Amino acid sequence: MKRTVITVVGKDKVGIIARICTYLANNGINILDISQTIVQEFFNMMMIVDTSNTPKSFEEIVEELDQIGKEIGVVIKAQREDIFDKMHRI
Amino acid sequence: MINLHEVIETNKMIEQENLDVRTITLGINLLDCAGPDLAVVKQKIYDKITRIAKDLVAAGNKIQREYGIPIVNKRIAVTPIALIGAACCKTADDYVSIAEILDKAAEDVGVNFIGGYSAIVSKAMTASDELLIRSIPKALSVTQRVCSCANVGSTRTGIDMNAVKLLGEIILETAKLTKDRDSIGCAKLVVFCNAPDDNPFMAGAFHGISEGDAVINVGVSGPGVVKKALEAARGADFETLCETIKKTAFKITRVGQLVAQEASKLLNIPFGIVDLSLAPTPAVGDSVAEILKEMGLEYAGAPGTTAALALLNDQVKKGGVMASSFVGGLSGAFIPVSEDQGMIDAVEAGALSLEKLEAMTCVCSVGLDMIAIPGDTKATTISGIIADEMAIGMVNQKTTAVRIIPVYGKKVGDRVEFGGLLGHAPVMQVNGFGCDDFINRGGRIPAPIHSFKN
Repeated sequence: MKRTVITVVGKDKVGIIARICTYLANNGINILDISQTIVQEFFNMMMIVDTSNTPKSFEEIVEELDQIGKEIGVVIKAQREDIFDKMHRI
Repeated sequence: MINLHEVIETNKMIEQENLDVRTITLGINLLDCAGPDLAVVKQKIYDKITRIAKDLVAAGNKIQREYGIPIVNKRIAVTPIALIGAACCKTADDYVSIAEILDKAAEDVGVNFIGGYSAIVSKAMTASDELLIRSIPKALSVTQRVCSCANVGSTRTGIDMNAVKLLGEIILETAKLTKDRDSIGCAKLVVFCNAPDDNPFMAGAFHGISEGDAVINVGVSGPGVVKKALEAARGADFETLCETIKKTAFKITRVGQLVAQEASKLLNIPFGIVDLSLAPTPAVGDSVAEILKEMGLEYAGAPGTTAALALLNDQVKKGGVMASSFVGGLSGAFIPVSEDQGMIDAVEAGALSLEKLEAMTCVCSVGLDMIAIPGDTKATTISGIIADEMAIGMVNQKTTAVRIIPVYGKKVGDRVEFGGLLGHAPVMQVNGFGCDDFINRGGRIPAPIHSFKN
């Protein structure tokens, strides 16, 4: 399984999760875990997703999510899970 | 599974605290390019570098995109050129022509620096070592990307004072030949004692003869992350301070280890080492001097600075060693002046002198680094500064280095702009008393005794 962490940071508003989940569903990306918090009116969300069955390249996913972020006014990043795993787990 | 808090912490390090991978350096052995015909040697060098490094930049960019961590530099280090040119270079200009081919190869594969235009001397120079050293000023003035270093001593062999004397003159000559660009040639020239074979950081990187055919070495950097972590430990005792640095160093180094392994996999080249050095940049919040201030010093250079730096250096190593399967290179805290805004501020405030910097180099890597001095400094004075620094390395069994820039036409208090990662610097005061008779003696300083330690 290729696990990717998607993070979303921005001002809270209606439909952020809906928009991102639609994109993921349309591209065969399965959501494994999702959590969110609001810090000083800022929306912080993290999803752990499985990208092993998507036909798209990692690069395309990064670019398209970035584009969606621009449209709805938040910052969306996709990163391989290893960077977090290596840093926080021995 | 990773939680939101951990993800936010990592991304904050990258986005707000300047955590980055400073360099992926690809070491390439060129010994199999040596031969008696200069034209053939040059062609072989160009072919080998462009073949092995052709995917280096693309691999670095791919890792950057997939992990979201900036990879600032992709670089190449080659076997010391004094060895490669020994059989075919009859004049200094022959060596310069090799520098030009290295420059072209670096440009064609898209890296910003290529290191290894070097002579690794420790007891005495060979004829080819000396010829290469004499060619350095011209080589650095006609190339953009070539970096040069010369080793002049080691703990086991002592110091070759003939090479030290020569390099004082070479540094002045390099400053003169690049005077139209604030003597920037000297920013690409390092003089070492106990130079490591696997250092990924420029300008002192070269691919030592103890290395394999090709290797990936990675240098991480995160002084901003350490500074931020220490803000939470204000007023706490030394135990807390040390633990905080150690844990932060561990996290930073793990990123380096991950990137090194990924690069190694993508390029199908073995992973060598992660260099644990804290390397600052001129960017605000990316400074080693700021860490020293956060520890409780008014400026870097204040009494207590050497102790603070010793502590920092040691804790970075203790945290980093467990985070990586192989650690090497210089591994410590860098204290360049022009590349660290906090150090520049300290010099401008009058808190930091050349002498204090020398004391600081006793407890950290690497040495007197990126220090601008007046352009009319005598060659023997520069050699004296080098000799002092080499002696510190030799006696303390550590790497020390001098990268000093006698800026042509500038005097104490003037400002110098190197641009980019090399930064800017105030021209510092040098002790003007002579050491001519000492430097002009010639010969070598014997290796120190390794018993009766005091």
